[in-house]
Amino acid sequence: MAILVIAEHDNASLKPATLNAITAAAKIGGDIHVLVAGSNCAGAAEAAAQVAGVVKVKVADAAHYADQTAENIAALVIETAKSAAYSHLIAPATTGGKNFMPRVAALLDVAQVSDIVGVEAADTFVRPIYAGNVLATVQSSDSVKVITVRTTAFEAAAAAGGSAAVENVAAAADAGNCKLVGRELTKSARPELTAAKIIVSGGRGVGNGENYHALLEPLADKLGAALGASRAAVDAGFVPNDYQVGQTGKIVAPQLYIAVGISGAIQHLAGMKDSKVIVAINKDPEAPIFQVADYGLVGDLFEVVPQLTAAV
Amino acid sequence: MKILVPVKRVVDYNVKVRVKSDGTGVDIANVKMSMNPFDEIAVEEAVRLKEAGVATEVVAVSAGVAGCQETLRTAMAIGADRGILVETDAELQPLAVAKLLKALVDKEQPRVVILGKQAIDDDANQTGQMLAALLDWPQATFASKVVIAGDRATVTREVDGGLETLEIPLPAVITTDLRLNEPRYATLPNIMKAKKKPLDTVKPADFGVDVAPRLKTLKVAEPAKRQAGVKVADVADLVAKLKNEAKVI
Ligand SMILES: Cc1cc2nc3c(=O)[nH]c(=O)nc-3n(C[C@H](O)[C@H](O)[C@H](O)COP(=O)(O)OP(=O)(O)OC[C@H]3O[C@@H](n4cnc5c(N)ncnc54)[C@H](O)[C@@H]3O)c2cc1C
Ligand SMILES: Nc1ncnc2c1ncn2[C@@H]1O[C@H](COP(=O)(O)O)[C@@H](O)[C@H]1O
Repeated sequence: MAILVIAEHDNASLKPATLNAITAAAKIGGDIHVLVAGSNCAGAAEAAAQVAGVVKVKVADAAHYADQTAENIAALVIETAKSAAYSHLIAPATTGGKNFMPRVAALLDVAQVSDIVGVEAADTFVRPIYAGNVLATVQSSDSVKVITVRTTAFEAAAAAGGSAAVENVAAAADAGNCKLVGRELTKSARPELTAAKIIVSGGRGVGNGENYHALLEPLADKLGAALGASRAAVDAGFVPNDYQVGQTGKIVAPQLYIAVGISGAIQHLAGMKDSKVIVAINKDPEAPIFQVADYGLVGDLFEVVPQLTAAV
Repeated sequence: MKILVPVKRVVDYNVKVRVKSDGTGVDIANVKMSMNPFDEIAVEEAVRLKEAGVATEVVAVSAGVAGCQETLRTAMAIGADRGILVETDAELQPLAVAKLLKALVDKEQPRVVILGKQAIDDDANQTGQMLAALLDWPQATFASKVVIAGDRATVTREVDGGLETLEIPLPAVITTDLRLNEPRYATLPNIMKAKKKPLDTVKPADFGVDVAPRLKTLKVAEPAKRQAGVKVADVADLVAKLKNEAKVI
C-alpha cells in the first residue's frame, strides 16, 4: 500500500503544512510518496526527500505549475494516481489543498474526506462538522481515499532524516484555461499564523486599523507572535483577509492565543479553541470568549494591552 | 446569460447543534433552518449581475427534502427568477450533489454557476470544485470580487497568503467567500412576489443519478470541552500566571 501526499511549497522549500499532512499519512500506514508539482521546484523536491518517513518524491517541473491552478494540479494528480495504485491521496486542508482536491475526487468518482483531525483506521477518519461543535467518525467505501488534513491536528514530520529517491514525472497537459493575473500577498516578518507559537488576535473591540496596529503590534513584537483577527475586524478593514481566524478563516492551535476585544462567536472559536492556552481580554464579563479562556481579564483593552506589552 | 445558483438548507448559523444521545447523528428536529450563509452571498452576487445587465436570468436550485422549497423562496425573494428543487429524503453528500448539479447544468445551460464555498453543516468545501471537474470547466473558488466581461470572468480569491486574481473563460464555476458582498434583506413585497415565481420539482431518478453515500458516519460526538478557566485580577496577575503556571511566555 502506498500513499501519495501532494506537497504545498513555494518551489524553493516546502510549506510546513506538508509536514503535517505527511504525519497524517504515516498514521494511516504504508509507503509515503510525495508529489511536488511546480516550476523550477528542485529545491522543494530536495526538501521533500529529506522529510523523515518519505520513501519517494515525484517531481513534475513545468511552467504551467507555477501558479498552482486547480485544473492543472488536479489533472497531474490524476495521472500520478493512475500510474501507481495509491490507496490514499492526501493534501493539507489549506486554501491550496481545498481548491484542487475535490476536483481530484470527482474525477476519480470518489468522495473526499475533508479536514480530518484523526485517523482511526485506513478507511476511517474523524472530522469536525458544524464549525467544530461536532466530531464525526466516517468510513469510506471508495477504492481510493481522497483526504485533506487539518494541519493543527497532526504534528509536523521531521524535516530532516529521510533520504527518499527523487524521480521526475512527466507533466500533464496544460489545461490553459486559467490565468493568474495578480497576487497580493501579505508581507510580514512575523511568524506565519498557522505555524506560530503565540498569536495576538484582535476583534471589533479594537475599534479601527490604527488602534489595531498601535496596540497589538508592539505586544506581538515583544512576544515574537503572529497577528490574527476576527472576521468582524477583517470585514471592517482593520487588517487583510488572511488574518482571519475561524470556521471560514484559518485554523490555529498555538501554545498561547491572546484574544483582544473578541466576543467569542462559535465561528471564531472554531478556529482557535484547540490552542493550548487561551487568554481573553474583554470589557464584557459575560462575553462567551471567557468560557474557553484559561485566563480571562475583564477590562478596557486600551488600558490593559499597553500594560501587558510593558510587562512581558 | 443565465446563472445557476445552488442553495443549501442548513441549520441556522446561530444555532448550537446537539448530538443525539445515541451518537448516531445531530439532532436537527425543531431547530431553525436557513439558507447557508455563503449561498445567500452567491444569490446576491448573481442578482447584482442581473441588475447590472450582465446576466439575464438567475435560477436557484436546491437538493434535499421538501423543506428546501423555503430556501428557494428565500433565494427568489432576494431576486432569483425561478427555482428548481431536486427533491429527495436521502442523505446527500457533495459528490452526489455535484452530479445532480451537473445534470441540471446540462439541461439549463447556464454560463456561470455560483455556489457557496462551504456548507456550514458538513463544512465540506467540495461541491463547487467537484461540479467544475465533472463539467470540465475552470473554477475560481473563495471569491471576494467577481467581474464578468464578455466571455471571461476575473475573480479575486481569498487565499492563505492574501489575495490572488484569476482570469477564466466562461462557462465557469465560482464559489463565494464571505467578503464578496453583503446580501440584501428580502423586503415584504419581494417575499410576496417570490411566492408567485415558478418552482419546479424533480427527482434524482429523473436524471439517472446515483446519490448513494460513499461515506458512512459511524458515530458523532461532541469534542472534549475545555476546562473552565479563571478570571485574573490584573495584568500583573496574568503575566505571573502565564510565566509560572502555564509556562508559555
Ligand atoms: C458563515 C459564517 C462564517 C463566519 N466565520 C467566521 C470566522 O471564520 N471567524 C470569525 O472570527 N468570525 C466568523 N464569523 C462571524 C462571527 O459570527 C462573529 O460575527 C465575529 O466573530 C465577531 O467578531 P468580534 O468578536 O470581533 O466582534 P463582536 O462580536 O462585536 O465583539 C467585540 C467584543 O469586543 C469587546 N470590546 C469592545 N470594546 C472593548 C474595549 N474597549 N475593551 C475590551 N473589550 C472591548 C466587546 O465586549 C465584544 O465582546 C462568521 C459568521 C458566519 C455567519
Ligand atoms: N443539497 C444542496 N443543494 C444545493 N446546493 C448545495 C447542496 N449541498 C451543497 N450545495 C452547494 O455547494 C456549496 C458547498 O457545499 P459543501 O461542499 O457541502 O461544503 C454550498 O454552499 C452550496 O452552494
